[in-house]
Amino acid sequence: MSLVSMITFILAGAVTAGTPLLFATLGEIITEKVGQLNLGVEGMMLIGAVIGFGAALSTGNPVIGMIAGMIAGAGGALIFAFLTITLRANQIVSGLSLTIFGTGFSSFLGQKMIGQALSDSIRNSFKPMKIPLLGDIPVIGSAFFHQNILVYAGYVAAVLMGLYMYKTRIGLNMRTVGENPGAADTAGINVTMYKYLHILLGGALSGIAGAYMSMVTVPSWQEGVTGGRGWIAVALVIFVTWNPYKAMLGSYFFGGLSILGLYLQSHVPIPQSIFDMLPYLVTIIVLIMISIKKSKENQPPKALGEPYFREER
Amino acid sequence: MKNEVYIKIDNLTKTFGPVVANNNVCLEVKKGEIHALLGENGSGKSTLMNMLSGIYTPDSGSIYIKGKQVTFKTPKDSMAMGIGMIHQHFKLVEVLSAKDNIIAGQKESFFIGNKQLSQKIKNISEKYGLAVDINKKVYNMSVGEKQTVEILKVIYRGAEILILDEPTAVLTPQETEGLFNILKKMKQSGCSVIIITHKLNEVMEISDRITVLRKGETVGTVNKEDTSAAELTNLMVGKAVDLSINRVENNNNKTILDIKNLTVVDEENVKALDAISFSLSTGEILGVAGVAGSGQKELCEAIAGLYPIASGSIEYKGENIVGKNPRDIIKMGISMSFIPEDRLGMGLVASMGMVDNLILKEYQNQKGVFIEKKTARNLAEKLINKLEISTPGINHPVRQLSGGNIQKVLLGREIESNPDLLITAYPVRGLDINASYTIYDLLNEQKEKGVGILYIGEDLDVLIELCDKIMVVCNGRITGIAEASKITKEQLGLMMAGEHMEKVMGVGM
Amino acid sequence: MFRIIKRTDLTKKQSVIFRIIAIFGALVATSIFIMLIGFNPIDVYVSMLDGSFGSTYRFKEAIIQAIPLIITSLGISVAFRMKFWNIGAEGQIIMGAFAASYFALYHSNIPTGLLLLLMFVSAAITGGIWALIPAYFKAKFGTNETLFTLMMNYIAQKFLMYLQYGPWKDPNALGAGKIALFSDNASLPKVFGIHIGWIAAIVLVILMHIFINKTKRGYEIQVIGESENTARYAGMNVKKIILSSILLSGALCGMVGMFQVSGVNHTLSYQVANGVGFTAIITTWLAGLSAPVIVVACFLFAVLQQGGTYIQTAFNIHSSVAQILQGMILFFVLGSEFFIQYKLVRNRSTEHKIGKEAA
Repeated sequence: MSLVSMITFILAGAVTAGTPLLFATLGEIITEKVGQLNLGVEGMMLIGAVIGFGAALSTGNPVIGMIAGMIAGAGGALIFAFLTITLRANQIVSGLSLTIFGTGFSSFLGQKMIGQALSDSIRNSFKPMKIPLLGDIPVIGSAFFHQNILVYAGYVAAVLMGLYMYKTRIGLNMRTVGENPGAADTAGINVTMYKYLHILLGGALSGIAGAYMSMVTVPSWQEGVTGGRGWIAVALVIFVTWNPYKAMLGSYFFGGLSILGLYLQSHVPIPQSIFDMLPYLVTIIVLIMISIKKSKENQPPKALGEPYFREER
Repeated sequence: MKNEVYIKIDNLTKTFGPVVANNNVCLEVKKGEIHALLGENGSGKSTLMNMLSGIYTPDSGSIYIKGKQVTFKTPKDSMAMGIGMIHQHFKLVEVLSAKDNIIAGQKESFFIGNKQLSQKIKNISEKYGLAVDINKKVYNMSVGEKQTVEILKVIYRGAEILILDEPTAVLTPQETEGLFNILKKMKQSGCSVIIITHKLNEVMEISDRITVLRKGETVGTVNKEDTSAAELTNLMVGKAVDLSINRVENNNNKTILDIKNLTVVDEENVKALDAISFSLSTGEILGVAGVAGSGQKELCEAIAGLYPIASGSIEYKGENIVGKNPRDIIKMGISMSFIPEDRLGMGLVASMGMVDNLILKEYQNQKGVFIEKKTARNLAEKLINKLEISTPGINHPVRQLSGGNIQKVLLGREIESNPDLLITAYPVRGLDINASYTIYDLLNEQKEKGVGILYIGEDLDVLIELCDKIMVVCNGRITGIAEASKITKEQLGLMMAGEHMEKVMGVGM
Repeated sequence: MFRIIKRTDLTKKQSVIFRIIAIFGALVATSIFIMLIGFNPIDVYVSMLDGSFGSTYRFKEAIIQAIPLIITSLGISVAFRMKFWNIGAEGQIIMGAFAASYFALYHSNIPTGLLLLLMFVSAAITGGIWALIPAYFKAKFGTNETLFTLMMNYIAQKFLMYLQYGPWKDPNALGAGKIALFSDNASLPKVFGIHIGWIAAIVLVILMHIFINKTKRGYEIQVIGESENTARYAGMNVKKIILSSILLSGALCGMVGMFQVSGVNHTLSYQVANGVGFTAIITTWLAGLSAPVIVVACFLFAVLQQGGTYIQTAFNIHSSVAQILQGMILFFVLGSEFFIQYKLVRNRSTEHKIGKEAA
């Protein structure tokens, strides 16, 4: 394999592998930006994966599958939202519980589907499609613009979320809630509603991420299909410092790391597990850097993990 | 229409449990005036303004805005009627720009990048002289700039009546001047401003009319032209009341605490204490008077080793203890006791019972790894009897005790450690009359034993009757140290507002 | 309308009652779920209990499941008491297991007693250091410990994967990525048929209870958890106490790693912690950080897990049902905390208005 074709190959693989990470990361970004730390990403992904796969399998319709996975992910998030917002439960423990529940839920529903594969027509609908013109650019074209439809959806989702967060009024209100719910409250923003909606949106994105894993990456059911990617997404949120645009780069980078070992095997003897470790290691480094720099920018949302309620006198 | 009445408050009453915070308060604010609301701590200014801004609902009475009776259920309702409140603690998001802070929560265009919004803000800021770079992030701003953004924010939301709660407390003199210029411009363009303060000089400088509150009631409204600082002080502090607190005599005085040029700097880089010097003797109660936030808290914590000291010296029995933390101070064998203002957040552990709270400082002197509680249990029983502490049990969480009993636990513990120096910050705040007298008696008892006591207080009558000397602080500086028996409430009031003692002593009432 | 106010008046008894109601509510919800999948809930519950108590063997299995949970929960409780959100127990267990395994695999010629001691001490130290790293950065720079400790889990796991498929791979295991079995002198002795970890767990629970309630350091930890301001006021060296207590927290988790490799698995794999570090966070929280209650909570969880495996054979129900039940019970118990901490009261102003209208 020539160097150019190898780079193209790795890049394309990185984008494909990074796409579920991207969806989950975007979901967690929006959840954390509104002030809630949801450690149930893995659980929501699994719920989305099993429901999405099941729906696609029984209806034969990939769109229904994706939508079902999305709604299921949001359903998982609803549990978290109700516990942590309305009942003010501890966010960490609630998120972990959601992961336990989601893991059980997916392997229970999935037990009868183990080994079953999606129909060819569904698989075909996730075949790479070349984008005219852009797809003809050497290296970049075949890496980024010769992909399946969900990869493109990922590009769109990240850009839309960036615009939403930084350019729209509701996005601004949402950030205000996550930074200083007290200020948001006095400014007439409905803190509870903002939190609920964004947690649900975050869950829906995690659901898509899960459904991507079960329907596109591995188009047959296997238990624990997400393989810990929910946790990588939690790491990614920090790595990209809560920025949806950077989330794209970060996701493809981490996606690339997850496959790099395979390609490099014959050239350099670095085992895959070392590459798998890197996302977490660089995330820690980023975490330390932002705490040392104290630059005010790129910090976790100020009210992250703290419950809010208007105190009565 | 210069004399149109914007706000009319008629006989507002608000109670919190047994406490009457506002009793039939009346207030009238006209269009285009700056109206100062003057009163000591706890006179009900904040309660009144919180009712006006929709945070509290009054028990009875009515509010009229431009002649129309209104009821506010939420801050939003009040905002809709054109009232904008600027809290002492700014409600701003640090990582956002001024502009983002101003427009957040408004129902306007979907996108926020457009020029019209910026233009709208610029128009307002030009109109009122609110100079601020709207793209600057709040974390890069000085306190004064943040305040400007807060003002812009409420005007942007259509406020015509601005309420400012102690706006100058955090400002430098230059910033204060800037603020006053803004307020004057607002007044010229027909807005009304209510400014809550207890700084007399500022009242005389900026306001048109002044309403004085005392103990939850309106004392009166006066025109600035017709009054003087001295008269305002009179209205504010009221007639001297005889509380019949004993002042015991102890003439065995040796200097125990000697503070020279003490300066500390707070998080905002403002000097909370500015080169203050004083000394305290054994068998003496030195009172500290001053409006809230004049540096009292920092003074106490600096002496106790809890606040970093920028410069100056604190000598305890001739030994400099600057740079020592509380642990070092205990180790040095210095028997100093500090009774902090925040009883449950600093002096005691709220969720623990009396026993566990009594060992808080003493446990470090115990030998071995285990903690011995038997002595503390006995002490708890003893204190319950001696100080008449009412508690369901010695292990009952102190959080659930009444304020008076909580204070008795704290004071009891500190007194039991046989201190030579006792620092108490607002020891009777929130306590009923009986409990307060118990505390005064305890302090006098300590004085007789030869303990030097630094007493941070707020009730001037108490300070005058209880203390030997009264030191008045204002903005982190001492405006004078007077013999308690030779000074009047009015004189103290003026000194609290920043007048120096030499000048004040000539005033004589 | 209602408004929510914080309770200050709840007695211990009432809060226990609330929790029992929550568990009962969870049982009702799970029963509905079990009925939906076509089984009689009572039968399933009975059989789950049977799975843990039906025979000596099953009971032992339940105990073996409970041991790591208990000790890990103890470790986590120390950190949580100081509001240090250590969610890195999983990694601390793994690193403890790694250190213990090093001696078991490469110094197996050392006599049993000494070898076990070495394994134990090295596991505790390594687990402790693994926890100390995030604690150091937290103390020094204020780095977010929740996310840091979480990341440390995966670093530990991937590191073991590397060992398992790389340098520590058993050459005799042919192609499979496996680490060799330990020799017998690296195995924990058994008492009553269960490795002595259970004795250690009991001893540690008692020690922890004493430590928190009877020692100076335990007292300091409680004060810091309540208010750092009070701790400073009382002259405590807050940073030093936090760091040393986190070291202890990690050391306890590290010990678990040693017990698992030496007492249960007799080998090392990257799955050695098997989610214990996460489950223990939940049991610790539910137990209100109290050592004696931790024993109860962890044992209940072990019964649930053990029972889950059993109903698989008894009813042919997938073992994941147990996980779903766990999740549902957790949701209910977590939700019930709200009613322990707050109460709903009728809004005074509404009452006022109603009163006026009636008058």
